[in-house]
Amino acid sequence: MVMAETNVVRADGIFQPVLPKGDVVDMAKKRREPDAEKAKFACRDVRVFYGASEALHGIDMEIANSGVTALIGPSGCGKSTFLRVFNRMNDTIPNARVTGDILMDGEDIYGKKVDPVLLRARVGMVFQKPNPFPKSIYDNVAYGPRIHGLAVSNSELDYIVEKSLKRAGLWDEVKDRLKESGTGLSGGQQQRLVIARAIAVSPEVILMDEPASALDPIATAKLEELIDELKEKYCILIVTHSMAQAARVSQRTAFFHLGDLVEYDDTQSIFTNPKDQRTQDYITGRTG
Amino acid sequence: MILEIFLLIAVSSLGAFFFGKHLAQSRLALAPVGGLSDRAHSLPGYHGYFAAWLVGLAGFAVAALGLAYPKLFNGGLLLALFVAAVGGGFAFSYRQIGAGFRARIQVERFVKGALLLCSGVAVLTTFGIVFSLVFESLRFFEQVPLLDFLTGLQWSPQTALREDQAGQSGAFGAVPIFTGTFMITAVAMFVAAPIGLLIAIYLSEYATKRTRAIVKPFVEILAGVPTVVYGFFALLTVGPAIRGFAEGFGFSVPTQSAIAAGSVMGVMIIPFISSLSDDVINAVPQTLRDGSYALGATKSETMTNVIFPAALPGIIGALLLGVSRAIGETMIVVMAAGRAANLTGNPFEAVTTVTVQIVSLLTGDQEFDSAKTLAAFALGLVLFVLTLVLNVIALLIVRKYRERYE
Amino acid sequence: MSAFESIHQSDRAVKRMTRRRGQELRFRLFGLGAVIAAMVVLAWLTISLVGTGYTAFYQHHMTLEVFLDEAVLDPTGERNAENLRKANFRKIIQEAIYARFPEVSERRQKSALFKIVSASGATNQVRQMAYANPALVGRTLTLSVPTSDDVDQLLKGYIDRDAPEKRRKISNQQIVWVDALKATGEIKSQFNWTFFTGVDSRDPELAGIAGAVVGSLMALAVAFVVSVPAGVGAAVYLEEFAPQNRFTDFIEININNLAAVPSIVFGLLGLAVFLNFFGMPRSAPLVGGLVLALMTLPTVIIATRAALRSVSPSIIDGALSLGASHTQAVFHHKVPLAAPGILTGSIIGMAQALGETAPLLMIGMVAFVTEIPSGLTEPASALPVQIFLWSDSAERAWAERTSAAIIVLLMVLVTMNALAIFLRTRLERRW
Ligand SMILES: Nc1ncnc2c1ncn2[C@@H]1O[C@H](COP(=O)(O)OP(=O)(O)OP(=O)(O)O)[C@@H](O)[C@H]1O
Ligand SMILES: [Mg+2]
Repeated sequence: MVMAETNVVRADGIFQPVLPKGDVVDMAKKRREPDAEKAKFACRDVRVFYGASEALHGIDMEIANSGVTALIGPSGCGKSTFLRVFNRMNDTIPNARVTGDILMDGEDIYGKKVDPVLLRARVGMVFQKPNPFPKSIYDNVAYGPRIHGLAVSNSELDYIVEKSLKRAGLWDEVKDRLKESGTGLSGGQQQRLVIARAIAVSPEVILMDEPASALDPIATAKLEELIDELKEKYCILIVTHSMAQAARVSQRTAFFHLGDLVEYDDTQSIFTNPKDQRTQDYITGRTG
Repeated sequence: MILEIFLLIAVSSLGAFFFGKHLAQSRLALAPVGGLSDRAHSLPGYHGYFAAWLVGLAGFAVAALGLAYPKLFNGGLLLALFVAAVGGGFAFSYRQIGAGFRARIQVERFVKGALLLCSGVAVLTTFGIVFSLVFESLRFFEQVPLLDFLTGLQWSPQTALREDQAGQSGAFGAVPIFTGTFMITAVAMFVAAPIGLLIAIYLSEYATKRTRAIVKPFVEILAGVPTVVYGFFALLTVGPAIRGFAEGFGFSVPTQSAIAAGSVMGVMIIPFISSLSDDVINAVPQTLRDGSYALGATKSETMTNVIFPAALPGIIGALLLGVSRAIGETMIVVMAAGRAANLTGNPFEAVTTVTVQIVSLLTGDQEFDSAKTLAAFALGLVLFVLTLVLNVIALLIVRKYRERYE
Repeated sequence: MSAFESIHQSDRAVKRMTRRRGQELRFRLFGLGAVIAAMVVLAWLTISLVGTGYTAFYQHHMTLEVFLDEAVLDPTGERNAENLRKANFRKIIQEAIYARFPEVSERRQKSALFKIVSASGATNQVRQMAYANPALVGRTLTLSVPTSDDVDQLLKGYIDRDAPEKRRKISNQQIVWVDALKATGEIKSQFNWTFFTGVDSRDPELAGIAGAVVGSLMALAVAFVVSVPAGVGAAVYLEEFAPQNRFTDFIEININNLAAVPSIVFGLLGLAVFLNFFGMPRSAPLVGGLVLALMTLPTVIIATRAALRSVSPSIIDGALSLGASHTQAVFHHKVPLAAPGILTGSIIGMAQALGETAPLLMIGMVAFVTEIPSGLTEPASALPVQIFLWSDSAERAWAERTSAAIIVLLMVLVTMNALAIFLRTRLERRW
């Protein structure tokens, strides 16, 4: 019985323990294709309350199945709040309450039968400040696969760790010091480590909340490169305060203002031809 | 007698205050009014305080002399000295007080000196403890060799009271006491460590704010209950309950046993461990929790895999403090553990501890120089050193840990 | 199910999730269980103490017609104190009881009859009255005297009437008498004032906590007078004036370690230094208070320092900018603002001192003291020590009084702590 289940997972072509180097099997490619054109998320009238105060005033929005969607807007407009709606991280804030519908692949993620724990395995997140666990680099990356039982053997776990670190562009820098503490890395390396940590769980979506705000320009450039690669396989939502970054990495951009979604369009159009005055003021630096 | 002396000093001092203040008022009134530098330096009140301090100190010095050498200074001589000193204080104040005198600076100097003296009390206490324990212990080890004390397997201090047996090897072998102490400590920690930790985890990670606000004070009540109350509880309720329980299974346990005393002591220690662990768990940054939840970990997985390892040094520190409490606790064991110095590994028997022996050696009639009473100080020294080492290690660990996350 | 599933939606993942949820639930229940366990023990403690102790607050008394027979007490008729002191009051009480049951004539029976009342309680009561007013001799008085503890326990229901007579402390005949007296209302239960006004005694029905309470109050007063000023002074110095050097570091470490020294070690200090070196009296509240003061000193210092630290340092800057000296700024502004915290810390320290027993045993405050101490150097006991002493006696009547004394002690402690919390919330931050 157990064997059969293991085979099911393997039949997905997700894990192949011993592979010739360089021939990395893509864990997300295959399942990305069938509904690539459909929306990954559909939001209807999403409101978030902190206690009695409403931080988001009814957002309607669809997020495409692949590519990068950027969320921009002045500080305090609710970007982080909106981002945390997608992996139900708002559930961990005692007085936060979310109303409205958020459908992921057509399924209500706030539905009664949905376990936020499993949802978060499918929707990864990268935080503003890198937050590696005070464990070894290896254990940081292996943590997710371990709790979700993604590897049946140690070699398989090694393989997942290696692949995730490679995909996060960190492998070459850390391959000789996997047993060292993750907190000993530089800020940029730490941020890539937590991305590797998120990827290792095989999510479908990666949420990033100002992932570059604690990084210097070179580390930021590396991170943007990484995002550019990852967008092929993952649906990515990124919150950023840098117009330039939004323009560089995203295909679509949403502009938030005081808890409202003001404008949502192709990045190209938003930056060249904003329809709303507030958007224009913001991207040209007149407010914000 | 002492009370009268203090009263006399207080009255002189108070008199000096009004004397100084009035003198200053009249003299400062005559001082030229003008620019910044010409103005009187201090308010009249400070001149009063200055005189009061001076007179008080002078009186105090004489009184101390009288107390220290009652033979030399007594009666008329002491009174004469006292009058001279107080009079000198008044005279000196009379000469000094004036517009140019910086009374405030002097008073503040007195105040700082007094405060420094207060801090000195804590230091003196430590010195007092160390010296009295070491001094009496040395006298004990003149009679009983240190090695016999630390490695001897038989403890029967009563026999050593007789002249011919004093210091005989075997009578003061403290090993059964140490094993008893450690057994009770082990039982206590066996109860307190898991319960205290689980309470800390539950309150910091699972409980709602309301539950926490209600439960926490109740847990802390356990820390405020006097130990003599726990001792009586062990004797009256827990001991008989354990005995009854054991009889149900067909074997007999005395009312006074290591298990009864240890488990009640464990209850006493629960709040120490839970509140210290609660602090260290809360000190683990929220970002680590968020990171773990965002990967799809449950709360328990986050707790055991991320928070607990991160908080481990602090938790170890908390446990060490708990152990130190358990070793030093007296009343519960005196009342509920028994006094027989059994060398046993069975927690269902009566055992004795360092603190119990100190109490039983020192209560009742005794001459101070007998090996029996001095033994109590040797045990006290062991106790002091042991708890001190545990505390220093625990404090170092906790401090290191705090630095890591601050 | 949609056309394509993530690995996290596979059957295997879902099954695994069920297991993980089980783990989560178990973990959570363990935590809840620990909390409940602690609460249950607290409840058990309270219930067992209150359950044993509440009956000590009332006691059975017997109404007796006592004839102060001049022939027994003062045959010469002089009515002087000398004669009355030697007089046989015990016989007076005996006669009074025998008169109540004239049908009893056998000697053994009579002696059993006398055991219904508290012999020394009743005798002392009559003796006191006669001393105070010699004119009473020759008259008949109606008195309410305490019954013996066995009768009291019987009527409180703690002696099993069905047990074989030999294994009972009270005979069948005595039970008959007591029941008769109870039925006529001659034996009544009333509030046990003796428990609050009396001192220690060999007889449980006469024992009270007044002596111990006064001893505790005296020791506490000494502890307060020494430890609060010294503690606050030390804290103010360390927090506001101390230069950053080795010496102050040393003091700091010292205080932290002192806070963790077992209390019994302070008792040894008191014994070696105060009693043997300075030759202060044994069993005295003065010495007890000094030992407790040293013990609570670290608590007061640590609480005061925390309170001082919680006052914004900008207060000092503000005062300095107005031309106040540093000392003035500290004493006029910072210390008053920290006062609630200091007060709370002091009360908590005193509560700790009030419940402490072990160091008092070391300096001899375990003596059997049958008077209310009249001075700081008189032999005295203390409430927790009294509890310890009483707890040694196995009789039900003593267990009852021990528990009652504990109830009193705990009530005082709860009041002190509640006061501390009240003061902290009430006085805090009113600026
Ligand atoms: N835990 C919370 N409790 C109460 N209010 C909150 C909480 N978190 C956020 N808010 C409020 O919700 C609103 C939106 O906050 P949010 O953090 O989503 O803004 P943001 O757009 O991410 O800002 P920034 O760019 O500064 O990160 C703000 O007004 C904020 O004060
Ligand atoms: Mg934000």
